[in-house]
Amino acid sequence: MFPTPIEKSSRQWQITYQAILPLALILWLLPLIAVMIFSIKPDADFTNGNYWGMPSSFNLFENYGKVFFESDMPRYLLNSLVITIPTVIGTVALSCMTGFALGVYKFKGNLLIFFMFIAGNFVPFQILMVPVRDFTIDLNLYDTKTGLILFHIAFQTGFCTLFMRNFIRALPYPLIEAARVEGVAEWRIFWFVVMPLMKPAIAALAVLIFTFIWNDFFWAIVLTQGPDSQPVTAGITSFNSEYRAAYHLMSAGSIVAALPPVAMFFLMQKHFIAGLTLGAVK
Amino acid sequence: MTNVSPAVPTTSSSGDTRGWYRRNEIAVTPWLFLAPGLLFFAFYVIIPIFQSFNISLYRWDGLGEATYIGLANYQELMTDRAFEISFWNNAKWLLLYLLAIPMGLGIALFLNQTVVGIRLYKSLFFFPFVISQVVVGLVFSWFYLPKEGLLNAFLGVFGLGPVNILGDPTMATYGIIAAGLWPQTAYCMILYLTGLNAVDPEQVEAARLDGAKGHKMLWYVIIPQLKPATFIAFVVTIIGALRSFDLISIMTNGGPFGSTRVLSFYMFEKALAEFGFRMGYGAAIAVVLFLIMLVFIAYFLWSMYRDEKVAR
Repeated sequence: MFPTPIEKSSRQWQITYQAILPLALILWLLPLIAVMIFSIKPDADFTNGNYWGMPSSFNLFENYGKVFFESDMPRYLLNSLVITIPTVIGTVALSCMTGFALGVYKFKGNLLIFFMFIAGNFVPFQILMVPVRDFTIDLNLYDTKTGLILFHIAFQTGFCTLFMRNFIRALPYPLIEAARVEGVAEWRIFWFVVMPLMKPAIAALAVLIFTFIWNDFFWAIVLTQGPDSQPVTAGITSFNSEYRAAYHLMSAGSIVAALPPVAMFFLMQKHFIAGLTLGAVK
Repeated sequence: MTNVSPAVPTTSSSGDTRGWYRRNEIAVTPWLFLAPGLLFFAFYVIIPIFQSFNISLYRWDGLGEATYIGLANYQELMTDRAFEISFWNNAKWLLLYLLAIPMGLGIALFLNQTVVGIRLYKSLFFFPFVISQVVVGLVFSWFYLPKEGLLNAFLGVFGLGPVNILGDPTMATYGIIAAGLWPQTAYCMILYLTGLNAVDPEQVEAARLDGAKGHKMLWYVIIPQLKPATFIAFVVTIIGALRSFDLISIMTNGGPFGSTRVLSFYMFEKALAEFGFRMGYGAAIAVVLFLIMLVFIAYFLWSMYRDEKVAR
């Protein structure tokens, strides 16, 4: 255990440590706390220049109510959800299969295909931008949620294949051999032997992809345009230009936009971190 | 696809009455499983890379006919002042973003204790990574505001400021990088926290008996054991630095006077935004960015390939 466990150090340092912790946290989250304070202030505080004093009244419900009932925000949130969930399902399905193929079988080109998935996952988005936009227009899917979903599924498959393949690699191989000796068909091995063991990997990937896709901004502005299909990350810019300089509403809006992945993270923390830190320990 | 796994009894001798699929099951199955993923990936990722290379040789507005102009787009890049600024800003991003790694390690060491509520502290420290970069950008641009921002309210207490970080061409890029470091440090922190969990306690005890302490212990005993975490932290930080787009787009939109552009943002501007649709020129910028990234990708793949060889 490093550094030296706090229990073994002097009483004085123990108390200091306990006192520093919350202070450090407040300092670390200061910009975010500032936005939270903004989001419950009334309009009047901004016109009077009372930015950092006590809020003159507590306007949480009023501000957030405006965001939810008087703006396009709910539409953007719904779009985000409609884009994110099919992407998660599609990516997990595809990468379970590719991961299985690359993790279990030995064949020529196995490592080559695997490395192609990894390399593709690292390329800058801009090298894909013009052709993918054209392709989407050709498919008649420009400015639709489907167009965005299809691209996300394809791109995220790279990262997820890396993840799934390494996970399957770590499963006990004799299990698969035993099934083969019994004469079990390959697709049944996939479905009845390997899939049940992949549940933790699927959970980890699902939360990660949910967060990645919810937070995507670049592809949202490249492939979609209006409130009919734009997710909340892109929508928030038009929301903000509508409420220009109304900081209390803009703050409330961005907190609402940020909330779903945050909720996801706190609900599925264990899986989220397991997914993110895959490979950080050997 | 002829290599059959040796674990399987090869019964495909002559006189085998089973169907073709049953006989070649082991060889065919992986390709069936790969097909959908490979198709998607090929159409949306692999082929577009080559198409971009091709488009960069044309003058094209995205709608009409494309005219072949050879390397003229690249020649124009050489004398394009905005391209030069973007390129050097990318270098700044790359270099300063790496600070996330030691900072993340520092916070991880600070939090690697077992006191009441430490799990909640760890999650809250990790918090910035979960929020979208768009919101991080908004949060920081309000934090930096000259009149309403908390930063200047804070500086005012000490009689300093006000500074308009995002309005000053010499400071704006650094202001954005600082915003980017916030979630990136959180990411590195979580990688190191997981790594520290796996540090071998016996080695630490042994080193302690030998009198290793403080930074010597950290440098010679702990950090070597954190090597896998450090590798991943490097990969994600470098990729993150070269991908920076959201923050710039939200916080300054490339300004003031184009001083905060990076290649990824400049490419977008040229191809889709205010300068009209110069797809060919945009593609040329993307190719340059891709080639820079390729150096790192090649290195990462090479390291992974070495590990694969060992694992075999």
